[in-house]
Amino acid sequence: MAETPLDLTSRPSRLRNFWDSDFMYAFCHAPVAMISFAGVVILILSALLAPLIAPYDPFNPASLNLMNGFTPPGEANAFTGDTFLLGTDDQGRDIFSTILYGMRISLFVGFSAVGLAMALGVLLGLVAGYVGGWVETLIMRIADIQLTFPSILVAMLIFGIAKGVTPAEYRDQMAIWVLILAIGLSEWVQFARVVRGTTMVEKNKEYVQAARLIGRRPGAIMLRHILPNVLSPVLVIATITLALAIIAEATLSFLGVGAPPTKPSLGTLIRIGQEFIFSGEWWILLFPALTLLALALSINLLGDWLRDALNPKLR
Amino acid sequence: MVSFIFKRILQSFLVLLVVGLVAFAMFRFVGDPIDNMLGQERTMEDIERLRTDLGLDQPFVVQYWKFLEQAAQGNFGLSYRQGRPVAEILLERLPATLELALISGILALIGGITLGIFTAIRRRGIAANIIMTVSLIGVSLPTFLIGIVLIYVFSVELGWLPSFGRGEVVEIGGWSTGFLTESGRKALILPAITLGLYQMTLIMRLVRTEMLEVLRMDYIRFARARGIRERTINFRHALKNTMVPVITITGLQLGSIIAFAIITETVFQWPGVGLLFINAIQFVDIPVMAAYLMLISVMFVGINLIVDLLYFAVDPRLRDEGRGGAT
Repeated sequence: MAETPLDLTSRPSRLRNFWDSDFMYAFCHAPVAMISFAGVVILILSALLAPLIAPYDPFNPASLNLMNGFTPPGEANAFTGDTFLLGTDDQGRDIFSTILYGMRISLFVGFSAVGLAMALGVLLGLVAGYVGGWVETLIMRIADIQLTFPSILVAMLIFGIAKGVTPAEYRDQMAIWVLILAIGLSEWVQFARVVRGTTMVEKNKEYVQAARLIGRRPGAIMLRHILPNVLSPVLVIATITLALAIIAEATLSFLGVGAPPTKPSLGTLIRIGQEFIFSGEWWILLFPALTLLALALSINLLGDWLRDALNPKLR
Repeated sequence: MVSFIFKRILQSFLVLLVVGLVAFAMFRFVGDPIDNMLGQERTMEDIERLRTDLGLDQPFVVQYWKFLEQAAQGNFGLSYRQGRPVAEILLERLPATLELALISGILALIGGITLGIFTAIRRRGIAANIIMTVSLIGVSLPTFLIGIVLIYVFSVELGWLPSFGRGEVVEIGGWSTGFLTESGRKALILPAITLGLYQMTLIMRLVRTEMLEVLRMDYIRFARARGIRERTINFRHALKNTMVPVITITGLQLGSIIAFAIITETVFQWPGVGLLFINAIQFVDIPVMAAYLMLISVMFVGINLIVDLLYFAVDPRLRDEGRGGAT
């Protein structure tokens, strides 16, 4: 090692840096992490590319044929002779296509809700931790009160109130946005608590004192100096919250207080499928349910691994 | 210690006041109460009269106080959808939910603690590893999917158990119980498992982690060195110290059992307050939503308070600290 001369002139690129990091080493030696990461990537890609992959457009009434209804997976329909990879539902919609489009909505709601929760939680956590005083007391008290209630209940309540406020004719269009708002507002507390804790530690360190001395404003110190240093626990919580948000969305939609049947998410599809388990059309339920399970499980496993890899203290 | 308890009680009241404010704001601002009560044929006089009758012309704080007064007496007005007093409907539905929550709570507690101890003691065994892996899947599996799977296996395929409803119930002094009839007990099994399974996984993982922590401690090693039997060490010495955090978390989980009952009740069409709440959201039945919110927060806050006090009873160290004025 000592013989190789130090090369101080050329710095490795960022990508190279990342590739050589401990993080990547740990990743390449954890089969569970690689498999779950591959699962997440495949699922997200197939949702993004749904219009290209899906053999049918389930929301175009012109492409539907009621005669195709209840076709079992992989078999030819008795009337039309069409075959469908995962079968069709009662209206003759291809299950494979509805799952791809449904996953789009589930993922869109999940990511947006986590984004909202993260923005809100990180901001409030930074302010609470940095400013302190009555601002901190107020924010953390609200967080405590909200934490008394399970987040799914909070989301239901916000959904109910928002539904009452929006005029009846807009309810179906607004449903997706209301869902994002409801889930986002129900999950911000974890972010705020962790960011506040880390901020309180960081704000007494020398670099923050130095920034203060050269006269940077509090807003700039929080966003430019402290924020980058509290991001790794935030990333972990974001991953775990993503799984929670996707499950919450599916649950709300399943209960009929989420995505409308005109824009079905995975939860709505499971709700529809549940009606047919007594009559023997199991595939309408099974495939959306398996997709949801695969999605939630791979994100959860990835989050678990990320937590251990990034921050052993959080265990 | 007295000051700690006092502080806790004060905090609980604060939470209830805030929740009351939310419930009141729902009544007052989500939809116009006058619109909801008067039909299409109304005059300005009618509106004015009702406004004074309902006290809507008074300041916000006065209205809020009146609402709290009424709520404390259990008066939440009429359901928009059913036209009956909300308190009456809730009381009618409450036994179903409480019976379900009780049974699944017991199930989760017994199952969780037993499995937790087992997986901690036999940490390297195959069975323990299988249980841990299954539990990870269990955490990712949404409650409603567990319910559907159970319905599919035990109702559709095997036909052993009913897939919806409560079966026959017996009225005992206004409390309708399903415990006393065979169909009632049968109907309870699947919903109770659905509701309890998730909590069971949580309790199991918690007991296991705590137990492993305790088993590493010096006094356990010392007990081993003294030649005390393994069984005595595990159950007498280790288990006792595991129980403190378990009590806290379990108590808090009790609250979420009642909340998660909403999902289970919808899957199994179980006629409890949770199903009522979901229907209220679908039809924007504000009085029912507000009343359910208040009911559930009184329960939650009560449970939290009891758990905090229990903590004191279980852990003598806290009591001593309290006496020293450290709290």
